[in-house]
Amino acid sequence: MRNSFAKELLKLAIDDPSILLITGDLGFGVLDDFAQTLPNQYINSGINEQSMMSMAAGLASRGYRPFVYSIGNFPTFRCLEQIRNDVCYMDNAVTVVSIGAGLGYGNLGYSHHTIEDISVMRALPNMRIFSPGDSDEVLFVLNKILVDTKPAYLRLGKGGEKNLNSICKDSFSDLREIISGDDGVIAFTGGIGTRVLDAIELLKKDGIEPKVISVPVLSDNSILSLLNICQNKVLLTVEEHLLKGGFGSMVLEMAAEQGSDCKISRIGLDPNLISKLGSQQFLLDEHGLTSVAIFQKFKSLYT
Amino acid sequence: MNSSIDVALRSRLSAVKMASLAKASHIGSSLSIIDILAVLYTDILSITENAETSDSIIISKGHASAGTYSVLAHSGHIPLELLESYGQDGSTLGGHVTHSGNPRIELSTGSLGHGIPYGLGIALAQKKNGSNFRTFVVVSDGECDEGTTWESALMANHFQLSNLTIIIDRNRIQSLSGTENTIALEPLAEKWSAFKWKVINVNGHSHSELKEAMNEKNGPVCIIAETIKGKGVSFMENEVLWHYRPPNEDELLAAIKEIKKNNL
Repeated sequence: MRNSFAKELLKLAIDDPSILLITGDLGFGVLDDFAQTLPNQYINSGINEQSMMSMAAGLASRGYRPFVYSIGNFPTFRCLEQIRNDVCYMDNAVTVVSIGAGLGYGNLGYSHHTIEDISVMRALPNMRIFSPGDSDEVLFVLNKILVDTKPAYLRLGKGGEKNLNSICKDSFSDLREIISGDDGVIAFTGGIGTRVLDAIELLKKDGIEPKVISVPVLSDNSILSLLNICQNKVLLTVEEHLLKGGFGSMVLEMAAEQGSDCKISRIGLDPNLISKLGSQQFLLDEHGLTSVAIFQKFKSLYT
Repeated sequence: MNSSIDVALRSRLSAVKMASLAKASHIGSSLSIIDILAVLYTDILSITENAETSDSIIISKGHASAGTYSVLAHSGHIPLELLESYGQDGSTLGGHVTHSGNPRIELSTGSLGHGIPYGLGIALAQKKNGSNFRTFVVVSDGECDEGTTWESALMANHFQLSNLTIIIDRNRIQSLSGTENTIALEPLAEKWSAFKWKVINVNGHSHSELKEAMNEKNGPVCIIAETIKGKGVSFMENEVLWHYRPPNEDELLAAIKEIKKNNL
């Protein structure tokens, strides 16, 4: 997703000189094309996330569309007050871009894990949250981000996420049906789709065929639409994020407010395992976010 | 239009009244920057309804809101009668400057260390657009404790923002004590010089010195304005207490009498 982001943003920026790519001195090899093609729309701010974010807000206040790029923990937690005060409260159209969302930088240690970002960002007024699951969704949300001049948070996997296009060729909106089915719904956000699809294979063997939905836009409207699809059904939410305040929490809150009859369960990361190190796949296994666990959890929810 | 001296005198009178009526803190900080703001808004800034054809001004020391709003009113930028609502329920004029409902406030502040990097972004936008307009940021000296101040000091030089000017209100008192007793800032001018800013030291209550320094366009410029916290009211001057305390009725009358007598 990281590479498709850089590629697609470049295409958009060629036609729209207000688009700026600002990096906090990260993105080795990924941002080179952009930097070389559009040097006047590329800024390496250095290692100064707080000032970088306020600077981006100042630029946005004058009509620019800055995309502030860094490894997930840096452009979020490190400069949270700058996002709150200068971006969100001021309603400046800055897009915060987190790379390696979830455990994408698993081996680098928990300083680099980005597993509380949805909870934190969605608490902020005016912030729109985008969590694409593959390259097609990256393109979709980039265009969506640019339609409105509002703050945005874009949560991207580090790379190598399976493209869901081979399974689902339909055009999509805020919700994207990946697999059709009548036996309840599994909804996921971000790059965890592959494990969900593997779980579907296991469920099929037991004769259970849930609908699979990717949710690249985390808004009240998209969650409402999801709940409408899930009326009288079971719903399992899957996210590479801690459960408190995350995607599944959004669904539960909305379901409670709407009096939804949907039976909901969640699966995500384990807060007791935050200090574990290893590759993304190893850590997902350790956290119990496996296709087998998704299979078991859905099966017990459904039956 | 009132002269900067008139604006400053009227603003001091308004600010002490506002602080007293609203039982608001930070009157010392307001009195300290009134001359700086009076010169800026009267003699320096070119402001229209269109941001593209205006200079930009960020009040990073947002706690000096009574002083800021007073100067805005007496220099014709906001209605005078609006000052009466200061600190009242539902008012757009609160204890830290807020943009909402106040078109002349470009950035809501109150948390220190936001104004310079935000202003840096505006200055960068102006530079990218080939604009001749400038960006000014008024900061407190205590604010130089913030890391973003020095991040921005590096960045403004790197991006060669000749159109960016900051004015440090060097009143030497921060929240609990003197700046040098808290986290020593000196040698402050040398620090900004080392970051390759053009540093100009002025008496922050001399309108002619302020004006001359603010007209320096070969920036980034750091004007260190030596000021007196509580300037104009002898019992408030250089006292930490008046960072917090609103004047009571007697103190207000004494303050008004003194400001009028000294014609400050």
